[in-house]
Amino acid sequence: MSYARRALAVAWKDLAVERRSKETLNALVFFSLLLLFVFQFTLGGDRERLAAVLPGVLWLGFVLSALLALGRTFLVEREHDCWEGLLLAPGDKSAIYLGKLVGNLALMLVVEALVLGLFVVFFDVDLGRAMPGLLVVVPFGTLGLAAVGTLFAAMTANVRARELLFPVLLLPVQVPVLLATVKATEGLLLGEPLGAVAHWVKLLVAADAIYVVVSLLTFDVVLEG
Amino acid sequence: MSFEPIVRAVGVRKVFGLVPVLDSVSLDVRGGEAVALLGANGAGKTTLLKILATLLRPTRGTATIAGHDVARVPEKVRPLLGVVAHGAWVYDDLTAHENLKFWATLGGLHADADDLTAALTGVGLDRVADARVRTFSAGMKRRLSLARVMLARPRVLLLDEPFAGLDQRAKKWLEERLEALKAGGAALLMVTHSFGRELGVADRLAVLAGGRIALDTPRGSLGADDIQRLYVVHAEETP
Repeated sequence: MSYARRALAVAWKDLAVERRSKETLNALVFFSLLLLFVFQFTLGGDRERLAAVLPGVLWLGFVLSALLALGRTFLVEREHDCWEGLLLAPGDKSAIYLGKLVGNLALMLVVEALVLGLFVVFFDVDLGRAMPGLLVVVPFGTLGLAAVGTLFAAMTANVRARELLFPVLLLPVQVPVLLATVKATEGLLLGEPLGAVAHWVKLLVAADAIYVVVSLLTFDVVLEG
Repeated sequence: MSFEPIVRAVGVRKVFGLVPVLDSVSLDVRGGEAVALLGANGAGKTTLLKILATLLRPTRGTATIAGHDVARVPEKVRPLLGVVAHGAWVYDDLTAHENLKFWATLGGLHADADDLTAALTGVGLDRVADARVRTFSAGMKRRLSLARVMLARPRVLLLDEPFAGLDQRAKKWLEERLEALKAGGAALLMVTHSFGRELGVADRLAVLAGGRIALDTPRGSLGADDIQRLYVVHAEETP
């Protein structure tokens, strides 16, 4: 019970700080808008060309936003000298990881919902048929990104050049997640049912499970590091 | 005062790179006792405090809190500690009440609304309990930090300049609270640069110089001038 309370306290704190400051959210929305504008400008109105690259464009938008959001995971602790407070908190440190993960997941899903809406407007695509499938693929893909991203954000929180190191560490590990999400999204956008991309979804779920479990088990060592 | 030391450092050495900050520090603090740790800038006072707080590992030597080795079993040490560090450990976008509630929950305390209000009242922040900490002065943040520590009623208090930035009323409140914690058997180790009334809480004075405890003496009836003289002799003239 205490574990869940502690995890919820961390998630609540992160979301309350973000809801009031809107520092990350504002930056992410503006960044996503800019990104989609650049893509739209570059790709133009060629429907065939668009259809081939749209899944990649969508997930590139998600991943770049995630890199910005996840890289800031422990910034609030650094800026407010609260890092030592987290370290000294008694009990299982993985509760802090879980709370941070929930906070990141909530923030990223809000941004992704906005990006998805803007994606429809910018590229004039009908997501009606693909939406039920996307409602499965996007959250699982986001969980994979957030699970490792939260762990690596803790790992790089106290190093110099963390802004460089963070994506360099994160992106190679994300290959299975990115591969599965882009391929599944491609199938869904082409009008295939979720069952037709089930093998990609299974890969995604397996990768998520591994990332979350490994992160929970290693977070204590990373934080103490 | 208990005879068994709760805080014990034996031959603690800490080296950063090639630079030794602490050479061989040995220091005891008993339950119900307050020790003021004095020393020049860079003498290693904060380093020693961080080792005892399980935030740094000693290069050599041992440090224990209530018999638990701080480097080997930090998880057993941390529930016993109350730490006031340089930073106030407060989130600017949370209110005072929310900050206190967050740290209490994270620390595994079951503090209800009355406990939180009482802690805030104790530091004179009850009227601004629902104001965001962003609007607080440095002194108010310090008071909030102290309320956080007091709420936990720790067995060992490690305080880095606890009186810094406090007004006279808050200093008086802190003195009273520290005395009450001492009376309850807590051990206090307090880093300070002040020779004034802040030392009134201390039962012993320890001066850290040259990586060692250069002086460890009961405060007794020493006045501010006597303490300053001792400090000059031991802290500033020790190579």
